[in-house]
Amino acid sequence: MLCYGAFVLYPLGQSIQYSFYNWDGIGTATPAGLGNWRAIFTQPELLSSIVHAFMLIIFYTVIPVGLGLVAASLIRELRPGLFSTAARTILFVPQVLPLVAAGVAWTWMYSSGGTVNQVLSDIGLGRWTRAWLGDFTFALPAVGVIGVWVMLGFCTLLLVSGIGKIDPSLYEAALLDGAGRMQQFRAVTLPGLRQELVVCTTFTVIAALASFDVIQVSTQGGPGYQTMVPGVEIYRLTFLDQRLGQASALAVFLTALVLLVIWPIQRLGRRK
Amino acid sequence: MSSTATSRGDRVTRTAVLLAMMVFAIVPLLSMFTAALAPQGSTPPGFSWPAHPHWGNFAAAWSAANLLPLFRSSVLIVFGVVPVSVAMATVAGYALAQFRVPAGKIIYALLVAGLTIPFESLITPLYYDLQGFGLLGSQLAVILPLIGLFMPFGVFWMRAHFLSTETALTEAGKLDGASDWQIFRRIHFPLARPAISALCILLFLATWNQYLLPLVFIDDPAKRTVAGGLGAFQGQYGTNTALLCAGSLLIIAPSLLVFLVFQRSFVKALLQGAIR
Repeated sequence: MLCYGAFVLYPLGQSIQYSFYNWDGIGTATPAGLGNWRAIFTQPELLSSIVHAFMLIIFYTVIPVGLGLVAASLIRELRPGLFSTAARTILFVPQVLPLVAAGVAWTWMYSSGGTVNQVLSDIGLGRWTRAWLGDFTFALPAVGVIGVWVMLGFCTLLLVSGIGKIDPSLYEAALLDGAGRMQQFRAVTLPGLRQELVVCTTFTVIAALASFDVIQVSTQGGPGYQTMVPGVEIYRLTFLDQRLGQASALAVFLTALVLLVIWPIQRLGRRK
Repeated sequence: MSSTATSRGDRVTRTAVLLAMMVFAIVPLLSMFTAALAPQGSTPPGFSWPAHPHWGNFAAAWSAANLLPLFRSSVLIVFGVVPVSVAMATVAGYALAQFRVPAGKIIYALLVAGLTIPFESLITPLYYDLQGFGLLGSQLAVILPLIGLFMPFGVFWMRAHFLSTETALTEAGKLDGASDWQIFRRIHFPLARPAISALCILLFLATWNQYLLPLVFIDDPAKRTVAGGLGAFQGQYGTNTALLCAGSLLIIAPSLLVFLVFQRSFVKALLQGAIR
């Protein structure tokens, strides 16, 4: 408890305090009023980092949960055996690896001589090859795909177990009523997975908004500011630019943002 | 079973979709593996088995990345973080679940809110606090904050477990004249063992894979966690794809090993914990 107070709550309070000052970490701090807070909305690179964080939700949350639902309903239809175990295990592996390693692996995949371009050339789409992470248009989606890669297994696993708890007689009843695969999915699977979907969404949204490791390793926010996210921006403001007040304002804003986004999701889960 | 109703074409599509996802999950790792076997300094040609695999790259990466001290440092940090966090989380979770703690609801609400705090939000003030304590640059600079940062999850996890255990057991223990401590030690602790070991594994992975804190709080790359050290290694050997991939694979190996060894109990416990 004491540790939690000393290393989480107290610094959070300090962050709030810092956010109203200009401080380079060495000299004396001068009051900045609301300047640092206003900057979040007026300085394009700060604002865009927040926008990027929200765009990452598409890749960290929407796509993995969607694909996870597909994978989970397909795995449900399999007889328990080697293939279903292998599918679950292999899909989950990226989740347990250090995110740094994910960044290294995908930096290599995306490099100009890497696997992604190789596959594109092999299937005759040679003109689509590019240095993905250095491309102004495609860098953010490319980083997003890394998020899909990391999150897919977690979502699938959780949803598979959720489906396992749904009463099989519901599926039989639906089948007797002549429901097809899609109708079964909509009428039985989705409502039965409410709790699991909330957990998946909560976890992945936090990961998206607070992403740091993957981006720091693969693009460091570049090219330009195309993949800049709040986590990396806070790090840069503090340790490269020595603008602690600005970093703190962004940090507090990010925390508030996460709470604000998570709260309705949690509410949705509790309502029955 | 519904599978009897599905046609052969359906089954083929199903297998194909799942296989495609598995390929997506595994190819980056395989690609890293083949690149790690390419000659150093060369540009490996995408995803292909090299004609002359250079197994020596792993040994070269081991010494170039200074992995021995890094592994030692990681183990030290893990042993500093995991036992203490798990012990504190167990006791706190037990107290919050079984006793009427004064202000227990407020403490719990603060902890749950803590689940959502991004680590990045705290690094700036923590950096200067740790500097004030004179801890910056030592492994303690990572150990102490990590214990604090893991508390919300740990307590949440253990409280959920202790809420699910039968209160009747506590009552029975009381009737037999057992003290609170004996009830915990003899009844609840043994029952909690699966939850505790799952928490140990989860915190091990989270510590071992931790990148941000060591990067920021420890200047000397040799004192970081392996994941943090990989960052420095990448800066140094970023263009030497073969060496970088070999080094990354060596760093991944322990996480992968722990996962595969404990896979079954781990997945089971994770699923039970997440749903409560």
